[in-house]
Amino acid sequence: MADSLLTISYILGSISFIIGLKMLSNPATARRGNLVAAAGMAIAILATLFLYKDNTGERLHNYGWIFSGLIIGSIIGTLAAKKVKMTAMPEMVSMFNGMGGACAALISIVEFQHAMENGHIENLPIIFAGLIIGSVSFAGSMIAWGKLNGSIKDFSFKGQHIFNLVLFAFILLLAIYLVFQITPGNAFLFYLVFAGAILYGVMFVFPIGGADMPVVISLLNSFTGVAAACGGFLYDNKVMLTGGILVGAAGTLLTILMCKAMNRSLLNVLIGSFGGSTNAAVSAKGTTGGTYKEISLYDAAIAMSYARKVIIVPGYGLAVAQAQHVCHELEKTLEEKDVTVLYAIHPVAGRMPGHMNVLLAEADVDYDKLLEMEQANEEFKTADVVLVLGANDVVNPAAKNDPASPIYGMPVLEVEEAKMVIVNKRSMKPGYAGIENELFFQPKTSMLFGDAKAVLQKLVTEIKNI
Amino acid sequence: MENFLTWIHLHQEYIYIVILMIFLGIEIIGRVPSVLHTPLMSGANAIHGVVIIGAIIVMGEADPDNYLALILGFIAVILGTLNVVGGFVVTDRMLEMFKSKKK
Repeated sequence: MADSLLTISYILGSISFIIGLKMLSNPATARRGNLVAAAGMAIAILATLFLYKDNTGERLHNYGWIFSGLIIGSIIGTLAAKKVKMTAMPEMVSMFNGMGGACAALISIVEFQHAMENGHIENLPIIFAGLIIGSVSFAGSMIAWGKLNGSIKDFSFKGQHIFNLVLFAFILLLAIYLVFQITPGNAFLFYLVFAGAILYGVMFVFPIGGADMPVVISLLNSFTGVAAACGGFLYDNKVMLTGGILVGAAGTLLTILMCKAMNRSLLNVLIGSFGGSTNAAVSAKGTTGGTYKEISLYDAAIAMSYARKVIIVPGYGLAVAQAQHVCHELEKTLEEKDVTVLYAIHPVAGRMPGHMNVLLAEADVDYDKLLEMEQANEEFKTADVVLVLGANDVVNPAAKNDPASPIYGMPVLEVEEAKMVIVNKRSMKPGYAGIENELFFQPKTSMLFGDAKAVLQKLVTEIKNI
Repeated sequence: MENFLTWIHLHQEYIYIVILMIFLGIEIIGRVPSVLHTPLMSGANAIHGVVIIGAIIVMGEADPDNYLALILGFIAVILGTLNVVGGFVVTDRMLEMFKSKKK
């Protein structure tokens, strides 16, 4: 009876994961999809706690430990997830992903000890797979987390790709050797594989630029899925297997889709074309600069008040300055003066796809005002003023005009089609891709320097006074 | 080689599941709009937290005097729970922002 209940619970769990993931990929059902998956997870966990029996028919014990772990984890997890700022969410996802990877690696370590004690070594390949994938995912996610919150800088050295390849081959060969030749004498080498995998995770993510972190996190996410699936093999547990593989497959596809949104290949992201090799091209092109002109707040306010249509292009600068609310205020102030205000959202504006939608939605900006890239590029032609708020690479015309540019080919917002472009930035420093933006030097572009929030506040006051 | 073939034979239903899930995983998210990339990643992140079940089993099967297994298992349970609970909550918060505002 209890066994069938457990099986049924696991089947329910698996189905909920599939349906949840399906619902998550549609805006109308996404939120419910998340809850469906969460409910399935709760059923699977509760069933494991109270119904699971091992091969000898023995129930689980150590409930005190298990429940304290569950409670501690739930409290920290909920608090962390509730308190995190909207701008820091990708970091948080990376952190949680790393925790899952570490969990899978720890399971492998314990199971390895087990296998050594009772001689059941037929599962060794799975144990090693879980260890290596879980550790790489853990270490990589931690580095990605550090990069996103700015505590770890990009770092690469000559021959790093070769070093990584050699390291990976070493880990793999050592693991294969141990699978076939394990003895109590060389069991300590297991920990060498563990250390190697951690190092590999670090080295794998280190050279990749911060702007590409969402792609990396998505990839590591699918790794953790596979690591979780290894647990499914170890414990004859089909809900772990289905959940893990489902995430592994969907995560891999999602990674590729994200790369496509930036018009780059996954290989291109991983080898890091934004790294050293392009610096030469940048410095050669960097002198195109010449002169840019600044605009006063008052002039900008006038230009916008008397425009018929203003399109706002938000970017990471808006997110950093937490300027979404005052941005919405600017929109309302302008609309009182019968100016049409729209937002042009580049799919990868900010630090992750959808970043801007989330931010603007938080400030209660009407969903209908958000234009996707294709629509926006049509609208620019009839816009009087385009206000670029802390966006840079996504409005760089070099992506269309300059084949030597590292972002050549990436679809961009063609803001230069509008009659006038006002760019708000903190300084003339280049954006994440580290390249100059010709847009700033064009005759119709004016620069409005300063922190997005402060500038917008002043702009709103100026417009109200007109 | 012999071992390998036996292993495949013994685990054939798992191998079927793996293959089917790979295709299913690709199929169900194939048409996701780019604004949902991040929430979907976050939701998938929470789902692979199912690894917590492994951690619970490790913990529950450990001998009460096997301190290594107990400590590692305990940490694994905490980390796995963080992954599951944090993952679902953070996804929900992201999606909360997506509710469309009708006038």
